[in-house]
Amino acid sequence: MAKELNFDFMKLRNVAMIFSAILLIISIASLATRGLHLGLDFTGGTLLEVSYQQPANIQDIRSKLEASGFMDTTVQNFGSETDVLIRMAEAYRDTLGAEVLEALRVGTLNDGKSLNDVELRRSEFVGSQVGEELRDQGGLALLMALFVVMLYVAFRFQFKFSVGAVLALFHDVVIILGLFSLFQWDFDLTVFAALLAVVGYSLNDTIVVADRIRENFRVVRKGDAIEIINISLNQTLGRTIMTSLTTALVLLALMFLGGELIHNFALGLFIGVIVGTYSSIYVAANILIMMNISREDLIPAELEEELDENP
Amino acid sequence: MLNKYPLWKNLLIVFLLALAVVYSVPNLYPPDPAIQITPNQAGAELSERTLEKIRANLKENKIDFFGEEVTGGTVLFRLTDSEQQLPAKDKLQRALSDEFVVALNRAPTTPQWLLDLGAGPMTLGLDLSGGVHFLMEVDMEGYMKGQMKNYQAEVKRQLREEDIRYRRVTIEDNSLRVSFKSEKLQEEGDSYLRRSMTDFRANTETNETFDVIIALTEQKRKDLQNYAVKQNLTTIRNRVNELGVAEPLVQRQGSNRIVVQLPGVQDTATAKKVLGKAANLSFRLEAEADASRYSSEEYGFRTNDFRTARVEKDEIISGDRVTNAQPSFDETGQPQVNISLDSTGANIMAKVTRKSIKRRMAVLFIEQKPSTRYEMQDGKEVTITSYTESRGIISLATIQSQLGSSFRITGLDPAEASELALLLRAGALAAPMYFVEERTVGPSLGKDNIEQGVTSVLVGLSLVLFFMMVFYRLFGFFANVALFFNLVILIALMSLIGATLTLPGIAGIVLTVGMAVDANVLIFSRIREEMNAGRSPQHAINEGYNRAFVTIFDANITTLIVAVILFAVGTGPVKGFAVTLSLGIITSMFTAIVLTRALVNSTYGGRRIKTLSIGGLKKRDDLETEIIAGEIK
Repeated sequence: MAKELNFDFMKLRNVAMIFSAILLIISIASLATRGLHLGLDFTGGTLLEVSYQQPANIQDIRSKLEASGFMDTTVQNFGSETDVLIRMAEAYRDTLGAEVLEALRVGTLNDGKSLNDVELRRSEFVGSQVGEELRDQGGLALLMALFVVMLYVAFRFQFKFSVGAVLALFHDVVIILGLFSLFQWDFDLTVFAALLAVVGYSLNDTIVVADRIRENFRVVRKGDAIEIINISLNQTLGRTIMTSLTTALVLLALMFLGGELIHNFALGLFIGVIVGTYSSIYVAANILIMMNISREDLIPAELEEELDENP
Repeated sequence: MLNKYPLWKNLLIVFLLALAVVYSVPNLYPPDPAIQITPNQAGAELSERTLEKIRANLKENKIDFFGEEVTGGTVLFRLTDSEQQLPAKDKLQRALSDEFVVALNRAPTTPQWLLDLGAGPMTLGLDLSGGVHFLMEVDMEGYMKGQMKNYQAEVKRQLREEDIRYRRVTIEDNSLRVSFKSEKLQEEGDSYLRRSMTDFRANTETNETFDVIIALTEQKRKDLQNYAVKQNLTTIRNRVNELGVAEPLVQRQGSNRIVVQLPGVQDTATAKKVLGKAANLSFRLEAEADASRYSSEEYGFRTNDFRTARVEKDEIISGDRVTNAQPSFDETGQPQVNISLDSTGANIMAKVTRKSIKRRMAVLFIEQKPSTRYEMQDGKEVTITSYTESRGIISLATIQSQLGSSFRITGLDPAEASELALLLRAGALAAPMYFVEERTVGPSLGKDNIEQGVTSVLVGLSLVLFFMMVFYRLFGFFANVALFFNLVILIALMSLIGATLTLPGIAGIVLTVGMAVDANVLIFSRIREEMNAGRSPQHAINEGYNRAFVTIFDANITTLIVAVILFAVGTGPVKGFAVTLSLGIITSMFTAIVLTRALVNSTYGGRRIKTLSIGGLKKRDDLETEIIAGEIK
């Protein structure tokens, strides 16, 4: 780390642009055709989590549920082999949990052992109108966050920076959504929270870089915009790597040790940290170049900063 | 460049940290598993005999207990083994019958001196403690319909009193159409209604009949709905208290929803039965012998299928005007029920009963009863749960004098009196409600969630601590101290403001750990840069902190904006995450900037030093050439 970093980031900017474009196209295409695998929070419905002592036989559970008249159920493992998630279209009633347990306890395993060791871990019912509202509110919150952030960045930096920052955020959000759509990972309320946290995180990154670019336009007298951006990126690279690393580490801890309920939350954030770091270099900075950022753009900002430093 | 903090600043920091430690410490005392016993409504009492019975029962079943506490009519027994909590509950519930509610609880073990300072542990969310979560929605449409019916009756009554002859009064959404025979009556009615019905805007319309349309003002409609939700909130709170659950949460959510969280409860059926007693009352006069079919209706008695009575269609007041109902005994020792009404209810009651002395007044009990039927649709069997309204008379009594804000019903036997009082209180729900969301978390899942949450925080934290030490040496150690205190302050704040810790909340804490070091990374890499540019260590420290501050500030403010939006829009788990995230951002600004600076200052400040233990520095001799190499490029 002691070496002066001098990596020509901007040389790769066209490659990066194509790469981003491909990712975005795949994401949007997947979102348009496959859509998101929305969790119960958004769709409404009924969900039960049951836990067995031994690894559960999904096929067996399915046929048992069907035999007891529960149609239209989705049965899948949840986190471990012994935990099973059952989603059903069934209208909720108080006795549903007991009824399902009853159904699952019928009969015996292949080896003749009794299946009496199944336990109800949780049951959830969400009315469809609640889910619908959440979807609307969620979208609204996301747009609102982007808008307020854009205003703040335009106010603190300059309009061109805010375009770069917001497009970078947009880029991150679409790619995370795209990956969740592509792999059909469960998109629930916690993933949505992760999405907004990514907006915060990625912005953090973008602003640190932008801050340095602004400073260097003032301090470094020679060099064109591309050079100055390159210098800035190199100067902040150590910090970018370090912060992304520490955040990614705790997210990995959450992902593998935090339990199934927040696995997708951690996963969303983890992708966000990687994409967010990439986008603050190649999307936000790239857009500054494309918008012909120049020293003159930052003269008012310069005055403002001087005021800040000498209160 | 001295880099010294004045003494007061250092002392202030130490004081703040000490405060944070004190208020976060209660979370280190694990709560005891406990059983809480509450008398169920009237009759039952926590006498010494009952307590003795409980003790004997616990001993008999070999359940170890200690620390018996009687507070405000309930008793709490702490158990030594959490495994025995469930069996103890079952055994006691059976022994004590339905007169008492036996609930699981977690009794805090915070030492008294901490409690005296107002410190206490964070409450755990349902996902961590296990329990039931309900989201109930107020049926506004049904409620407004009921309100409009009241207004309809009111308009009819007033017009009759004023001798303004009308043909009919019909309800159209949130307005009433009053039809008159002639233009003259229409004018008269219009001017009267404008004066008397101030919550309405009046308009005239003349088609086949001469109509006056009065529409409820938007403001009044909002007020009414607000009142309905508030009233329901109070009622639900009372009902939850009847359940005897420890630390229940009843909260309004949005404009027309109510969240109910019952930690430790697993039996959703009972809970729902008590909460969802979608019942209402209707006070009506008994119909006079010559009353027509159009103005009266016949109902059966709730307890006696063969007895019926004919009552007027117009109600005097509904159950939402009842503020209280209690069974008691009169001077001669006869059982009675005392009923209290709110002021509007009292006014109407006084007006109506003044003219109706010696007539009889009926109280109708209206219940929503669920019925499930199965239907074949597209070859599939679907379950349809529908609610049917069942109405039954619970009381028919002669009015002895004009009634006001409080009156009593006599001539009952003791059991009838307590039953009637219970039903009258249950009827205080202003508007019908239904369940829109329901979640139960089993106790084992909650336990797993806590364990997994704590493990991931610890593992994440140690990884970060390790890397910081490796990359930034002594400065890394300072950052780690700051990170530790960041967690302490965060937990202290959350305990103080009474925030609920949820699984996403823990995720927020973990994320804060990862992101909090960012500020220090920014400062430290800046200091390195300044050192490598040839500045003296003291100067580099100062510059590093100053220059990085603007960046840190901008970066954190934007994250804070997002967190606040998340808090404003989100519900439940998302809110929990937003709270920890925003608090974490604020506390990390303090620890990462002020605390580390204090540590750095007290280590390096005020003396001549040659180098800093920050890692990644170039040898001083190489500096000159390296800078030139960097500049030419």
